[in-house]
Amino acid sequence: MTAAAGTPALRTQARYLAWRSVIRTIRQPIVIVPPLVFPLFLLAINASGLSAATNIPDFPTSSYLAFALAFPFMQGSIFATNTAGTNIAEDIGNGFFNRLALTPMSGPSLLVGQLTGVLLIGTLQAAAFLAAGLAAGASLESGVLGALVLFALSLSIAAAFGAIGLFAGLRTGSSEAVQGLFPLMFILLFLSSASLPRDLISSDWFRTVATINPVSYLIEGLRSLIIMGWDAEALALGFGVAAAIFVVALWAATRALRDRLVRT
Amino acid sequence: MREPGRRAREEASPGARRERARLVSNRRSRYWSVARTVAWRNLHLAMRSPALLLPSLVFPLFFYMAFAGGLSTVGGLPGFDYYNYDAFQFVFVLLQSAAFGGVFIGFSIGADFDSGFTRRLMLAARDRSAVIAGYGIAAVVRAVLVWVVVFGIALATGMEVAGSGIDLVGLVGLALVVNVAAFFFAAGVMTRLRTLQAAPAMQLPLFMILMTAPIYVPRNLLEGWISSVAKVNPFTAIVEAGRSLMAGDPFHVLLAFAAAASGAALLVIFSWRGLRKAEAAG
Repeated sequence: MTAAAGTPALRTQARYLAWRSVIRTIRQPIVIVPPLVFPLFLLAINASGLSAATNIPDFPTSSYLAFALAFPFMQGSIFATNTAGTNIAEDIGNGFFNRLALTPMSGPSLLVGQLTGVLLIGTLQAAAFLAAGLAAGASLESGVLGALVLFALSLSIAAAFGAIGLFAGLRTGSSEAVQGLFPLMFILLFLSSASLPRDLISSDWFRTVATINPVSYLIEGLRSLIIMGWDAEALALGFGVAAAIFVVALWAATRALRDRLVRT
Repeated sequence: MREPGRRAREEASPGARRERARLVSNRRSRYWSVARTVAWRNLHLAMRSPALLLPSLVFPLFFYMAFAGGLSTVGGLPGFDYYNYDAFQFVFVLLQSAAFGGVFIGFSIGADFDSGFTRRLMLAARDRSAVIAGYGIAAVVRAVLVWVVVFGIALATGMEVAGSGIDLVGLVGLALVVNVAAFFFAAGVMTRLRTLQAAPAMQLPLFMILMTAPIYVPRNLLEGWISSVAKVNPFTAIVEAGRSLMAGDPFHVLLAFAAAASGAALLVIFSWRGLRKAEAAG
């Protein structure tokens, strides 16, 4: 059970911090409500305001609601950056991190623990978005199993963006700086294939930007399960890009954590 | 008829009239001095701290790029009868930046309340509405700066303008009224709540009004609930009139100005009452 005399195992450490992260998240409605409400509001506006776009030749579905349903999943994941980054920056700001540094707590368990609250919100979001989409008339072409894969991809994306937030929070130690990331993430979302399929974007520069923007592949992976069924390429790209972002961001967060502990 | 009293005779004398005029002139000059100082301080801070100015500049540009670039195919839909999709989106972005320009100054008012600066200013100013007027001047100057940049970039990237110079003056005038109305709304909210934490109370209502207007396509192509909401949303009249001016085919311009100006007039009262509440709160 113990790694060294008096030092709890990594799993136990992570469990304590994960529990703290979950409780902290539940106690802050301001952290839960906007990531649920704001994406649904935008979905309602876009699905209705852009429904005429389904008349574009070769548009992949007759329902813009189904096409746009991937958008809130992605937007909700972007909120994960803020949640994870702000939480750890607050821990640094209020001295909790310094007190933690005096204990034998390991770095990886701290990071895993902090991400747990983000994954909890991610699960709530995925359930709410899917339920709202289905209630509004969208259907899931990949069926019940597809819903599970949709949840898995959505949580992978939330973890990836949460890790970016952890890196930003640890690097800057400022929740204001983390908040400053939000517009940047939002820009990435809007400069992707979120509103139209890439092959139907007539503006060359925008199509190029959307093609090199990793968010396009994440959103296309989510969308494929909703409007196409099982598209192995889209799913592989979606999971692959999410995993790549997660690995790189977690590596950067681990380094930032090490630097922060040295400074502490 | 009674003979005028001594006091009335003194007030009617040329010397008293000159004194009264001097007092009025002094009061007016003090009012403008306070308004100018508040405006200058706000503009100075915005110039020195890019974090304050950049969002109001970057967001309209970004929305223009994302909407005009990403959705340009929508401009080719049957029933979409506007001459150019870039121009179609530009008008929305211009009016949106006008509205949010007013709200961004609301952030400044909230931050100044948080730091205690506004309270000190109000103690120093004889007429406290001069403080609000100063923020208002800064809102207009900052909005005009944003429009110059956004307009320049839109033209440089190929946006076509079909309207005449007079039409464009009308469009900018409409945007100015929207900016002033949004500013008075933000000032009214901030003088009541007096903290930056109340920022969502300014942003959300405005966001709802803006986003439920015909953003992506003209009203005839809207479907579902948003079509019904857009019909009764006053911002729809403003956006449609703005787009008609841009196209050189003015349509319902008076209605749009009336909607924006009456909104602004109501919001002046809203912000004036907010100021009274802030004064009462000390």
